Amino acid sequence: MVETQTVEKKPQQKHKIKIIGERCKGCEICVVYCPEDVLAMKDLVVAVSNLDKCTGCMRCELFCPDFAIYVDLPEKS
Amino acid sequence: MAFEYEKYIRKGTLPHIWCPGCGHGIVMKSLLRAIDGLKLDKNDIAVVSGIGCASRLPGYLDMNTLHTTHGRALAFATGIRLTNPKLKVIVVSGDGDATAIGGNHFIHAARRNIEITLLVFNNSIYGMTGGQVAPTTPLGAIATTMPYGNIDPPFDVVKLAEGAGATFVARTTSYHTAQTEQLIKQAIMHKGFSVIDIIDACPVQFGRRNKPKEAPDMMQLQKDNAIPLQLAQKKKPEELTGKIITGIFVKKDLPSYTDTYYNTIIPKAQAK
Amino acid sequence: MEKKALLISGNEACVEGALYAGIQFYAGYPITPSSEIPEGLARKLPKYGGVMIQMEDEIAAMAAIIGASLAGKKSMTATSGPGFSLKQENIGFASFNEIPCVIVNVMRGGPSTGAPTGPSQGDVMQARWGTHGDHPIVALAPNSIPEIFTETVRAFNISEKFRIPVILLLDEIIAHMRERIIFPEKGELEVVDRLKPTVPPDQYKPFDVTNSPLPMVPPMAAYGTGYRFHVTGLNHRIDGFPTNNGELIEKELHRIMDKVELYKKDMFKTEAYMLDDAEIGIVAYGSSARAAKYAVNELRKQGVKAGMLRYITIWPFEDNAVEKLAQKVKFIVVPELNFGQLILEVERAAKGKTKVYGVNRVNIEIIHPHEIIEKIKELLHGI
Repeated sequence: MVETQTVEKKPQQKHKIKIIGERCKGCEICVVYCPEDVLAMKDLVVAVSNLDKCTGCMRCELFCPDFAIYVDLPEKS
Repeated sequence: MAFEYEKYIRKGTLPHIWCPGCGHGIVMKSLLRAIDGLKLDKNDIAVVSGIGCASRLPGYLDMNTLHTTHGRALAFATGIRLTNPKLKVIVVSGDGDATAIGGNHFIHAARRNIEITLLVFNNSIYGMTGGQVAPTTPLGAIATTMPYGNIDPPFDVVKLAEGAGATFVARTTSYHTAQTEQLIKQAIMHKGFSVIDIIDACPVQFGRRNKPKEAPDMMQLQKDNAIPLQLAQKKKPEELTGKIITGIFVKKDLPSYTDTYYNTIIPKAQAK
Repeated sequence: MEKKALLISGNEACVEGALYAGIQFYAGYPITPSSEIPEGLARKLPKYGGVMIQMEDEIAAMAAIIGASLAGKKSMTATSGPGFSLKQENIGFASFNEIPCVIVNVMRGGPSTGAPTGPSQGDVMQARWGTHGDHPIVALAPNSIPEIFTETVRAFNISEKFRIPVILLLDEIIAHMRERIIFPEKGELEVVDRLKPTVPPDQYKPFDVTNSPLPMVPPMAAYGTGYRFHVTGLNHRIDGFPTNNGELIEKELHRIMDKVELYKKDMFKTEAYMLDDAEIGIVAYGSSARAAKYAVNELRKQGVKAGMLRYITIWPFEDNAVEKLAQKVKFIVVPELNFGQLILEVERAAKGKTKVYGVNRVNIEIIHPHEIIEKIKELLHGI
């Protein structure tokens, strides 16, 4: 099973993107529709390529047919 | 915050069986957000399906679920609805399941105005069985049983539902996730028969033999072709060919079947 | 129900029997000669707070009663040959998923549209093998107005107790003829309700029989009661989810087939009429058995020791009764309103111990006693 890859932004970063690799079927919908090119395919599975551009628009999570990507917005302090 | 889909999904059932890029998973998410938005109790929801790709959806949901015979989901659901009026009954059905073999039950459930929400996962192809032509396959499209281009004029599912008497009829696409969520919410709360024609993408069985081929492009086509009903009404018919008219087409409050039976028939019978 | 006698038809007796058994949902579709059943339930079922609906076709009616049963309600449908054919796929769904429900088939002249107002017994094999694939089923065949009442109650009881669809085979004659009946008091006849689960919802598996108080019969939860379970027509595991694992498939199929084997004694019901000293055996069921009984009496008057073995439970078929009979009679005669269907089971069960002859009528009239008498005399003459 591909381990769950959670990439955390640097302290002042805002978002956390959780990818469940075993569920991703490589359809690339999330990569195509991410407005900020945060995501990219890495050997047929989605991976975060530049997290700091993530605006938390949730498109990838909304569009992923396979429940393979979740975006956690920071709680409002 | 990331949406907690897992709250509604049965443990260990993911990854689901749908192909890479299939829109069903996206629509399932919109359904779960709608259910969550309505604060419905999972014990009070029944999800019924027929046969086909979309019909595997109930198996993934931690609710009262029933995977029936091809085309017959609405009839099974009618039996549930009439004997347990507390349940919200949602039928998930593909375009073939709902309008080909299931056509008779579709028009009668609509005519009866029974409180059931029918979600038609309309990807214009029989996916499960390998890509045969369906009642909503566009003219000229290629399918395994229409290798020379489809000559079967397709149904307009919205007009079919409207004509049969459904009192809530809407259309959206798998791309329009927010609209799908909102329409499903309204449909579930509607007191009567509600139908949503959800234009969906099947890259493996439809896309592969037609254009565009890939899932993202098929979704882009949904986005580009969609036109809200209010705008479409201002257009001339020829301007609307190939367009996907979205929004609510019918929203009427008429006596619903179950209410009428329980509030009129039973009291009358017992008074005699 | 006061204690006075009524003169009612078979279809009406079926309605009363269903109400006595606690029917809560009926879905049907009009078809001669069954229509008095939906008509009666349309009037009476709502009096009991139940629901009656006429669906758009027989397929839908069969689907609806399965839905209602899964929502915890005793449910029934009634039809005749053509509708019975349409219902078969969903009967298979009910059989495979052990859904309690009663399907009344008022047999009429067949095949196809046939003779809607004429009787036949031509659907006997269809009752057993009408739907595809190996599957368990129960079929009962009453042949009088009081018996239609009690057999309707028994049909519900068997279906609820053992979680199996039960087919009630009537035919146009007994459905429409009228006879005297006094309804049993409430409590006089046993009325069974399905086994409910005792495990909490999160441990419930819809087809798990491990610690069921009734071996091989899985307790049945109902939709909307906190038990969120899944049912599918696909081969499934005991938790109700689909499986392609051949071993699990085989195990589950065996369990639902073996369940009928285990409880067939509870399901069997025959009537032995003057069999003790019988030298000639008649095996009959349904309305033909009425003529057969008359024939036995006539033959006895003429010094011929005939006796009748009447099958009230047709499926599962009780072999031993025939085998015992075959050992002591010169031959067996099987009167049927078809080209010979149950006779195939009788011959099989007789195991060659005696000859078996059919008396068959297919002109949409009931077999007359003299036809049976003449056949027996002819056969006796031949010996």
